Amino acid sequence: MSDLTRLTVGEAKKGLDKKAFSAEELTRAYLKKMEENRRLNAFVEEVPEKALAQARAADEKYARGEAGALEGIPLGIKDLFCTKGIKTTACSHILDGFVPPYESTVTEKLLEAGAVFLGKLNMDEFAMGGSNETSYYGPAINPWKAQGSNADLVPGGSSGGSAAAVAAEMCAAATGTDTGGSIRQPAAFCGVTGLKPTYGRCSRYGIVAFASSLDQAGPIAKDVSDCALLLNAMAGYDPKDSTSSKRAVPDFTAVLEQSVKGLKIGVPAEYRPEGLNPEAVSCWDKGIEMLRASGAEIVPISLPHTKYALAVYYIIAPAEASSNLARYDGIRYGLRVPGNSLDELYINTRTEGFGPEVRRRIMIGTYVLSAGYYDAYYLKAQKVRRLIRNDFIEAFKKCDVILTPTAPTDAFPLGDKSMSENPINMWLNDVFTVSVNLAGLPALSLPAGLSSRGLPLGLQLIGRAFDEETVLKTAYALEKEINFERK
Amino acid sequence: MAEYVIETPKGKWEIVCGLEIHCQIISKSKIYSGASTAFGAEVNEHVSFVDAGMPGMLPTLNRECVHQAVKTGIGLRAKINKYSNFSRKNYFYADLPQGYQITQFAYPIVGEGEVLIDLAGGQTKSIGIERMHIEQDAGKSIHDIDPKKSFIDLNRAGVGLMEIVTKPDFRAPEEAGAFLKKLRSILRYLGTCDGNMDEGSMRCDVNVSVRPYGSDELRTRCEMKNVNSIKFVMQAIENEARRHVDIYESGGTVAQETRHFDPLTGQTKVMRKKEFAHDYRYFPEPDLAPLVLTDDYINQVRSELPELPDEKKERFVSQLGLTPYDAVVICENKETADFFEKAAAGHDAKKVANWFMGDFFGMLNEKKLELKESPVSAENLGRLVELVSQNVINGKTAKEVFAIMAETGENPEKIVEEKGLKQVTDTSAIEAVIDEVLAAAPENVAAYKGGKQGLFGWFVGQVMKASKGKANPGIVNQLLKEKLG
Repeated sequence: MSDLTRLTVGEAKKGLDKKAFSAEELTRAYLKKMEENRRLNAFVEEVPEKALAQARAADEKYARGEAGALEGIPLGIKDLFCTKGIKTTACSHILDGFVPPYESTVTEKLLEAGAVFLGKLNMDEFAMGGSNETSYYGPAINPWKAQGSNADLVPGGSSGGSAAAVAAEMCAAATGTDTGGSIRQPAAFCGVTGLKPTYGRCSRYGIVAFASSLDQAGPIAKDVSDCALLLNAMAGYDPKDSTSSKRAVPDFTAVLEQSVKGLKIGVPAEYRPEGLNPEAVSCWDKGIEMLRASGAEIVPISLPHTKYALAVYYIIAPAEASSNLARYDGIRYGLRVPGNSLDELYINTRTEGFGPEVRRRIMIGTYVLSAGYYDAYYLKAQKVRRLIRNDFIEAFKKCDVILTPTAPTDAFPLGDKSMSENPINMWLNDVFTVSVNLAGLPALSLPAGLSSRGLPLGLQLIGRAFDEETVLKTAYALEKEINFERK
Repeated sequence: MAEYVIETPKGKWEIVCGLEIHCQIISKSKIYSGASTAFGAEVNEHVSFVDAGMPGMLPTLNRECVHQAVKTGIGLRAKINKYSNFSRKNYFYADLPQGYQITQFAYPIVGEGEVLIDLAGGQTKSIGIERMHIEQDAGKSIHDIDPKKSFIDLNRAGVGLMEIVTKPDFRAPEEAGAFLKKLRSILRYLGTCDGNMDEGSMRCDVNVSVRPYGSDELRTRCEMKNVNSIKFVMQAIENEARRHVDIYESGGTVAQETRHFDPLTGQTKVMRKKEFAHDYRYFPEPDLAPLVLTDDYINQVRSELPELPDEKKERFVSQLGLTPYDAVVICENKETADFFEKAAAGHDAKKVANWFMGDFFGMLNEKKLELKESPVSAENLGRLVELVSQNVINGKTAKEVFAIMAETGENPEKIVEEKGLKQVTDTSAIEAVIDEVLAAAPENVAAYKGGKQGLFGWFVGQVMKASKGKANPGIVNQLLKEKLG
């Protein structure tokens, strides 16, 4: 029954409820796919035995009529989530062999809902990167290939393993995290759907921290409806995370079928800079037309501080990271490279344990927080961050949801020289996504079509804070119109 | 109090000193985690995943620590800031698992306040409080178990601290000593810190500079970290100030540096020069929301405050008639003040104070007992003083009775009754004794009458002796004078 992996989470759940197949059968089907697609390097840790045990337990729950909302659904978990008893390294050498004695709140909630964990998914080291190439375990590979080419393409990043695994049907859905676009951009590159919830919607407890004021967990799934289903299980206040929101969590699936008629769709002028890839532009325009045709009203808006977003992001995120990553010192867990003094032990461990991109960001972050530079960089960036947030608050007075491209290009080849030689080119991928994190808003990327090279292009929907519902229902309406064919 | 001036053949100097005191907050659990703060556990027993800096762990603010800090702030007569926030102070050390300390930087929970210190001669002086903030303690590094390895105990990592920063208001070592005593007293009254400097629950950093006497300049200061007793703090100030004076008078300049005070030599030596000072890269802690307190909350805490030593002292002086000196001594410790107040209730407080500070504490010292272990209860001490006031026994007998009380813990009334120690106030009975004494010593009577006035005391002694000490000395005196003409 290999076509079991074709099913969305919603479809699989229905099948399990009707006992059309067992959770064990479903899990075995995914485990088979996982094996067949090892070349994609999407999983960095596989736990088939645990998964099968969970699946059998799920079957018993179905038999007793006690099945949870995601009972028996096989998921992949980004390696940034601490999973009790399952190795968690954030794809960094410095966390070699680290097996958490605790479970992150988000994965705990998924387990409580009955989900089965197949293993841990590849990602950029400490979620720093846009192509999954900074992973200590080597890059995950995009299941898509450009027409007429056999070259391996990046899956995007940092949740590259999550997007690749969902696209290649190696798991029914996956968790991701998004600090500057790390859910949305890989979802766009791999032709799947990814949702970054509002900051505070999901607990960050037990997620290896990259940039605390920006990090947010969310689902990467086969479609919009699955994202809603997963978010239902992942979201909610957590006393262990002081920044999580006490706001009630609605049933995100309840609004999907609602009409978008009369909904105001904002289209920001600043997201159409000169020189933007015409394919991204035309994909965007098609999306606009579809929504207009569905009865939505298209409203031109302005987000005037957009041009500063990347600069602000690449000050604030490294600043927080430089502090968050201080705990990886070789003293208590993970890698230790000995030295003749405490300082030498630190230097040896951190030099060997961190890859170049992580080291670069620690250096930048340390610099911008230093005495004499703090005001010019960090403090200024925080002020501009406020202006960026205010842009959105103003814009949402005129519209209900904002539509933009997710990324300026489709997936690029592994080892692209222009990016490895100049990291700024890599960072430019985040141009449409980082503002959302800086403003703490929810945003979703869904596949909107194929480029001339036959590769997926994504559209991004941005909502008001804690209004994932409008984002989801608009995405659901667009998804029906686009009718994108997954890999 | 006399001014403290450092005088040398070359000139006169004065001290400018400020203190920073770290006070461990009394709370059941740590400031950002649920781990216990109980003292005396096995090494690394009270360590949560948060305290150990495990990946993905987040701090959550302990409500009780905030409550204790607000209480302390009110006790320091300080402004409670309704908005405060947390910052990370970044530095690497093996006993700081996160690689940063979560503290308060730009917006502390407590602003300016003052502490009145009690100086010799009943004088007081106001010492300004600059601010107080809350933060986490670090763990302990132990370097002396193994020649090559260091050991880390994280039990203390994450215990809540209040850091109190004074204004540079100290002009004499004694003032700093008096301040620490008073601060400790206030904290103990409040129950927010146990104030034990020898156990490290209260730790003092001392900043010292000197300037020509009478000037208002501020010269380079040196900081001495973790000076762990009041005596050492005073010694450190004195010696460090002398060192500065010597440097200036020999034409040198004082370098800004952190110094270590060595209790064995009483001297300070350089620990860290300014060029090696850490750049702590403070920035707002993104894992904790700003702390916002309401007026209602602050008023609620204010209403829970006990009477503090200054107010108690004031009351003991104005209402109970104690001298300021006695009141200061009695009020330093809340248990002492409570005991005293219980003893003095309904009796002559001034007399109770004399007994309390004299014989009573003398007895405790001799027996090496804590107040709470005293065999003499507060009520019984009061009763004893009352027996004297009511002329039931005289002072001398009272001391005998007290000695019995100290052994047996008995009620003094019972002792007096059982031992028949009631003093004789019946004039006719005393008269009879006097007559006997005079009749037995006609030569002395004659000598007295002949002008040897010094013999009066001898007669008193004989009468007291004959009455086995029970005769009321006042009546004896009066009757003797009458009889001897």
